[in-house]
Order: sequence, then structure tokens, then C-alpha cells
Amino acid sequence: MSNQGSDYQELPVESYTSGESKSKVLNKNKIRRARIIGVILLILAGVVMFVLAPAAEGNATFGLSFPDDRFQLDALSVPSTGSLYILALVLGFLGGTQFLKGFQSKSTIILGISFALFVVAVMIWATAGQEFSLISMLVSTIARCTPIALGALSGILCERAGVVNIGIEGMLLGGAFTGVVMGSLVGGWVGLISATIVGGMLALLLAFLAINFRVDQIIIGVVINILVLGLTSFLTAQVLVKRPEWNDAPIFPAIKIPILGDIPILGPMFFDQTILVYGMFGLVVFTTYMLFRSRWGLRTRSVGENPKAADSLGISVAKTRYLAVIYGGMVGGFAGAWFTLGTVGRFDEGMTGGRGFIGLAAMIFGAWNPIGAFGAALIFGFSDSLQQKLALINTPIPTEFLSMTPYLVTIIVVAGLVGRARPPAADGQPFEKQ
Amino acid sequence: MELELRGITKRFPGVLANDDVSLTARSGKVLALIGENGAGKSTLMNILSGIYRPDAGEIIIDGKQQHFADPGDAIKAGIGMVHQHFMLVPVFTVAENVVLGVEPTFAGNILNRKKANKEVEEISKKYGLAVDPKALIEDLPVGLQQRVEIIKVLLRGAKILVFDEPTAVLTPQEVTEFFGIVHELKSRGATIIFITHKLKEALAIADDITVLRGGKVVGNADPKTTTQEELASLMVGRDIDLTVKKSLANPGEVVLDMAGVSVMDDYGRPILDSIDMQVRSGEIVGVAGIQGNGQTELVEVITGLIPLASGAIRLKGQDMAGSSPRDIHKDGVAHVPEDRNHMGMIGSFTLAENLVLDSYYEKPFSKGIRMQRQAIDEAARVLVKDYDVRPPHIENTGGALSGGNAQKMIVAREFSRDVPLVLCAQPTRGIDVGSIEYIHEQIVKKRDEGVAILVVSTELDEIFALADRIVVMFDGRIVAELNTADTSPTEVGLYMAGQAA
Ligand SMILES: Nc1ncnc2c1ncn2[C@@H]1O[C@H](COP(=O)(O)OP(=O)(O)O)[C@@H](O)[C@H]1O
Ligand SMILES: [Mg+2]
Repeated sequence: MSNQGSDYQELPVESYTSGESKSKVLNKNKIRRARIIGVILLILAGVVMFVLAPAAEGNATFGLSFPDDRFQLDALSVPSTGSLYILALVLGFLGGTQFLKGFQSKSTIILGISFALFVVAVMIWATAGQEFSLISMLVSTIARCTPIALGALSGILCERAGVVNIGIEGMLLGGAFTGVVMGSLVGGWVGLISATIVGGMLALLLAFLAINFRVDQIIIGVVINILVLGLTSFLTAQVLVKRPEWNDAPIFPAIKIPILGDIPILGPMFFDQTILVYGMFGLVVFTTYMLFRSRWGLRTRSVGENPKAADSLGISVAKTRYLAVIYGGMVGGFAGAWFTLGTVGRFDEGMTGGRGFIGLAAMIFGAWNPIGAFGAALIFGFSDSLQQKLALINTPIPTEFLSMTPYLVTIIVVAGLVGRARPPAADGQPFEKQ
Repeated sequence: MELELRGITKRFPGVLANDDVSLTARSGKVLALIGENGAGKSTLMNILSGIYRPDAGEIIIDGKQQHFADPGDAIKAGIGMVHQHFMLVPVFTVAENVVLGVEPTFAGNILNRKKANKEVEEISKKYGLAVDPKALIEDLPVGLQQRVEIIKVLLRGAKILVFDEPTAVLTPQEVTEFFGIVHELKSRGATIIFITHKLKEALAIADDITVLRGGKVVGNADPKTTTQEELASLMVGRDIDLTVKKSLANPGEVVLDMAGVSVMDDYGRPILDSIDMQVRSGEIVGVAGIQGNGQTELVEVITGLIPLASGAIRLKGQDMAGSSPRDIHKDGVAHVPEDRNHMGMIGSFTLAENLVLDSYYEKPFSKGIRMQRQAIDEAARVLVKDYDVRPPHIENTGGALSGGNAQKMIVAREFSRDVPLVLCAQPTRGIDVGSIEYIHEQIVKKRDEGVAILVVSTELDEIFALADRIVVMFDGRIVAELNTADTSPTEVGLYMAGQAA
């Protein structure tokens, strides 16, 4: 294991001496990082080899189609022990190569692939001897990533303009509650629109206190979260319990898009969902485009990066921030409607279960970019739906542990991978004109 | 266009920043507005560009009175300001920064990047201000960033251009280049206001000079007939001596010895790269370099504030690796930090408390867990008097001191201890001439007592005034070691720009 230096040399070594010393120091750090990743992969390989594989028996069967799909795919059935050993070997090979030579700039990708392989191994182990509907898990991954992606988008809109919004959880909850009540009383669409408006109003409160009174933005966010949690819990206990008909909203049906919806696997995942999911895709794409291609986006980002500069060019910092924050709040309220109008049609106390905060983690993981945040939300949505589906079949893992998964994933992501992304420079800083 | 300011007054909480200021900038001429730090120059120009609203006074352009409700109005009136602290978004491209606020668009709101790039290129060509419109600001050196600021105001059709201390961040070569740009603009009929506290520059380029002191206009001068000394005394309000008096250095044993010192940033990139340097007792070594080339980290690694990635630092032969900042400080490194307000003192603490920040835990200032107020106050009274901190009220908070006096307080704390090595980072940045003179004297006095001194400064004048030897830093490396007597500002400037090999 005394392999040194030269294998890692990916930077061209410049001919003058200082250039040499510079890349040498660089290499030393790279080597250390490569080694650490290698060790992690080897540990994963060991777990698969010595813990999972010996415990697995029989075939693991994964369903790829719903019974009523137009084109049926055969269920995928793999011998569990054999495939686990193969996965262990692949992981071991990747880990070993990484440790000895390093994949250099591809290290991070290899790390991601290896984690994915490990998750596959866990799924095979948990499913061994049983049948597991992979397709329904994938469909619910998309559904469950929806409020997280929208929550992240809400955060991105505010923070790109320089206002920290940790009140997303409250906006989700407020949207969920309003959605169900208005949905029950008037109808689904009115419920959805009201939820969006309530999100916008909570954001207006945030904007007003943060921009006009320069109140600490973290405190405002906490206050919004507590306020909405308390208010909705109180109203649930005092009103909804007595009038259950107010807590019984129509659920938006899945709308199947002709032709596209019949594509195996992808069809049910992306083209047979509710308008809330389609809305999420639309908002992510639209907002990304507007943020990075429009005048509005350029000005919004400029007040989040350097409000003084924007002001000196005649751009109204306050107005720009108000607009972005309210837009963000409306996205949050819309996301809240997913919990009631998009799933069960009824409201339960604290039913958002921290998804707003997971959305914040997705925002950071996605480097304040909507598309990146959507990718991060997919990971969280996947872990969320995986734990839920695994709980349905009879796996060796206790359900209490399973339900921790999304939060564990959040902690790992936040602790390990985040921190390199750079927030907008003026994030959370009030701007004062003289 | 001709600009006239009449009776401009602006009050900040506790400060009268501009007091009935009147001046005239003639069409097609360069007006130099000079004054010490804190004289109110930036405030005046911020009023002119609509960023601040004046409490009283008039702005008159070509005989017409103007009312600026916001910066947009000033821009429309033809005023373009290049701020002292650049108003750029580092993560935007050059073109994005330039067009911000006047973006060319399709369909009302979609950016037309091609047109934006072309607009930048056209101005670049017309005025000879070459810069790549697609480059990110954060990747550009300061000199180019300044060009972007100039292009920004030219794109908005500015006829009156205000430059607030434009040369403070430039190398001597860049200053020459900048003067070329000013001449070009002037020849195209622009009215230029050039703010500086460097008298040499004012004399070199101005057609008229207006001097500001304590928020008031104290005089106007003709650059053809006036002298630096005359301007200096006008600016400061008394006669001053611009040179530092010192005898030849008499270096003794090696006090600070750095060998192969490297430091990494958070991303594992080197900020200090194999630094070899020695400072002997009884000499002043000046570290020259443009801001951000590793000087900050150099000081922080010596004082133990950031970890060493490799190499060794020895103080009087003793290895300092692994020592805590407190140990290093105690064992003999006095440190006047570059960021006076955040590292040098605690603004809400009293002078007495600030003066024992580094020794409050020792006798006689502490006994057990109790602080000894009386001993602290007594020591503070002596220091405040010895080091001429004004006003000398030790119960006032540090934050209430002016920049110069705050710095004198820090110097008092650090210099009053008997230590072998003194580090002074930007010791006179942003302070008044009187305090500069005083602090320079103290540094030389310390040297003559046989202390080893490292002075880090981005001001070449300061380096040449103080240093016996000069090391130049560029991109985290020491690119030159020179004897002050054998070199010139031009040579050092070339090294600072990383141009000389
Ligand atoms: N935004 C502000 N708030 C309070 N005081 C200020 C502000 N800006 C400047 N001052 C004070 O006004 C005075 C003049 O400052 P400034 O115009 O920046 O001087 P100069 O540019 O000549 O160095 C100083 O005493 C400074 O502390
Ligand atoms: Mg100024």
C-alpha cells in the first residue's frame, strides 16, 4: 500500500519550480480524499458480502408493471445470494481501485454509483424470497419528491433574492390546511388556489418583517413555523374534529397523458400523475429558465448577491425582494396542497413531517439551483418511498428504523456533501438605504 | 457638462459628514477632490450619484437644478460613479454586470445576451478598454474589474464621471494605465471628478483641486502652482513631514524563521506556497503585494490563527508548530491585525477592557476568577497617555474612537509588551495623517529597541518609508526579496503584478 504520488498526477506539472510545488500540495490532499472514499466503499462491500449475502435466501422479485398497464413487462426476478455476492465484488473492486489509484475527478461519481449499488443490495436483501413492486415505488418516488422539490424551490426563490426562508415548513402546513378546508367547502381547484394564496401571505409577512423592519430572518422563519403549527393544530382540534365534512376534500386524480403515459416504467412515473406533480415539473423548469435567462432573474439574483450594486444602478432592492419572496411563498403554499389534495384528502396535525426542512437541505445540496434541488429532492423522495414500501412487505428491518430513512439521508447529505456549495453572497442580509 | 454643488450638507448619526460643501467641476476637465480618510469625500459623491439624499444643498448641472430621488435619476442626468468599493456582482459575467438595470431583452423580459456582449465590446473598442464580456468578475484582477465599472458608467451615457479612490487598489503600472484612460475620456469631453488622498496623483492629473477636511471645503488649489507640502498641510490642517525619519538598520540574530511554509484553503488549494523567510532583530521587513495574494494568511499562520499544511515556523529557534495562538502571542509575537474593528478590538468594550484583551487572565489583572478592575484601569490610563489615544477616557467604548485613535489603542496594547517579534498588518489603512505619522514613529522606535518587525502593507509608499528589506508576495508565493535601498517602486510594482520572473 505504499503507492505514492505519481498515480494521482492529473494536473500538468508546470516547468517552473513553484508550479511543481503547488501541484504537489494539491496532490497530497487529493490522495487523502481518494483514500477516504476508497475505505468507505470497501466497508460497504464488506457489509454486502458478510452481512447481507449470507442472510439472503431465494429469489428477489421486482414488479415492473401495474396489472392494468397497456404494455406489460415481466417481473424481474434475481437469485438474491448470487447477485449480492456479485454486487459485493463490484463494490470491492471499485473501492480497491479507488483506494490504490483513485478515480481522480470521477471520484464523486463513483461514490454516487457505489451508494446506488449498495441501495440495490439492501433492496435485494430485503426482498429475498418475496415480491416487491418496484414500479409503484418509483411512481411514489416522484410523488413524494414533489413537496420537497417545491419546498426547495420556495427556498431558492427567497434566498436568491437575499432573504433566508426557514419558514417553508409553515408555508407547507398552512397550504395543506387551507387546501383541505377550501377544497372540502368549495372544491379542489379553489382549495389549491387558496393554499397558494395563503403561502403567499405568509411570505408577505416574512418579507414585511425582514425587509421593512430588518428583523432577524431566522427568527421570523421560526415564528412562522410555530405560528402555523399552533394555529392549524388548534383549528384541527377545535373545528375539524367537530365538522369532519370540512376535512374531507376531493383528491386530484392522476391524469394520464395519451401515448407517453403508456411507455413502460417512465409512463407511470412521469406521465400519469396529478396536476400537483405536473405543476412541480412546470414550476421547476419555468423558474430555472426565468432565474437564469430573464431580466427579472438577473435583477433578483443581483439583489441576493450585491444589493448595493443593484441599488447603485437604480434597481429597487426592496421591491425585487418582495416579489421573489412572495413568489417563493406561493410555491410553498402550492406544495402544501400536495399533502392533502394530492394524497389523502384530509388534514392531520403536523402532517408535513419536516418536509419543508428536507426541502431546505435539497436547496443547499442542489446549490441553490432549481434543477439541482429537484435532483436532490429525488434522492429524498426515493428514500421516503423506499422506506414506506419496504414497510409493507415483510422485511427484516424494523419499521421504526425504516421510517427514519429520509431524515438519516438528510443528515448524511447535509453533513457530508454539503458545505461546498456557495450560497448567494447577501443571503440573509438586510439592505438599508441612507 | 459643468457640475456645481452648492451648500451640500449630510449628517449621519453623530457625524456631520458634509458641512455646507460647494464645488465646481468644469466641463472637459479633471477635478481632484482630495482629503483625508473620513473627510467626507465618498459621502459627497454618494449624494451626487443619488445613493444618499442630502439634508441640504443643491446639485446643478449646466445651470439646471437637479433632484435625485434614487440612483436611477442621477444616471439619467449623466452622472456615472466608479465606487471606492466596486459595485459588481462577482458571480455574474462582465456583460451581465454592465447591462444590469438597462438589460437588452426579447419579448419584454428575456435577456438578449448576444446584444449585451456586443454593447460591451463596442464600448471596449471605442475607449480602448479591453475586457472579455463573457468572463466572470470573480476571475478578473482588480484592474480589469475597474475597467468593467468604467464601461458600466459609459454604457449609461455618463458625461460626468466620478472616480472614488480609483488608484487605491491598483499596482503602479495599472495606475499609469488608468491615467491613460482618464486622458482618453477627457479628450472626448467628459467631466471627471477624481477622488484621492494621494497628493502625487492629484498633482499629476488634475486641472483643478478642491480640498476637503472634516466635511468642509478648506481650499482650492491650482496644480500648476501648488506643492505636495502645501496640499498636505491644507488637508491635515497643520504642517506635516511626509517622510519617516530613521537611521540605518542594525540587524541582529534571526527571530522569525519560516521554512517551506504552506497553507491550504477550504478546497485544498494552496494559499501560501512554500514560503521561506527570515526576519532579524532590529530590522523592518516589509511585505508588499496586492491585496489577496496571501498576506493575510501569512500573518495568520505566524500567529497560529490558521493551521500549517507543511513547513516549519521557528521563533528564536523554537518550533512553533502546534502552539496555540495564545501561547504564540505570549511567547513573543505582538500582532496589529489588518481588520482593526473585527480582530483588533471589541467595539462594545471599554478602552480599559480592550487594552487587556491579551492579558486579562494574568496577574495583576486577574486573581483567581476575579478581574482586578483597579489594576486594569491604572494600566489603561498609563497606556492611553503614553500612546496619545484621544480622547483619553478609558471608560469610553472602543467603537467610539476614530479609526486613527482605535489603531493607536491597539498599537498601545501590542507594543507595550516586551516581545521579540511585532507583526503589523496594514497598520495605517484608512486612518488620518497625524495617526499615520505617529504609528510609523512607534514602529521605527520599536525596531531601534532591537525588535524584529514585519510590516504588511498594500501601500507601496508605506513599505518604502518603513522597510529595510522588502519581500513581494504574488499568488501565495514570495516572488522577490529586495533591499529597499537597491530597488524602486516601479520594480516592486512589476513583481506585485506577477510580471517579472
Ligand atoms: N453610512 C454611514 N453611516 C454613518 N456614518 C458614516 C456613513 N458613511 C460615512 N460615515 C461617516 O462619515 C464620515 C465621512 O466618511 P466618508 O465620506 O466615507 O469619508 P472619505 O470618503 O473622505 O474617507 C466619516 O466619519 C464616516 O465615519
Ligand atoms: Mg471614501
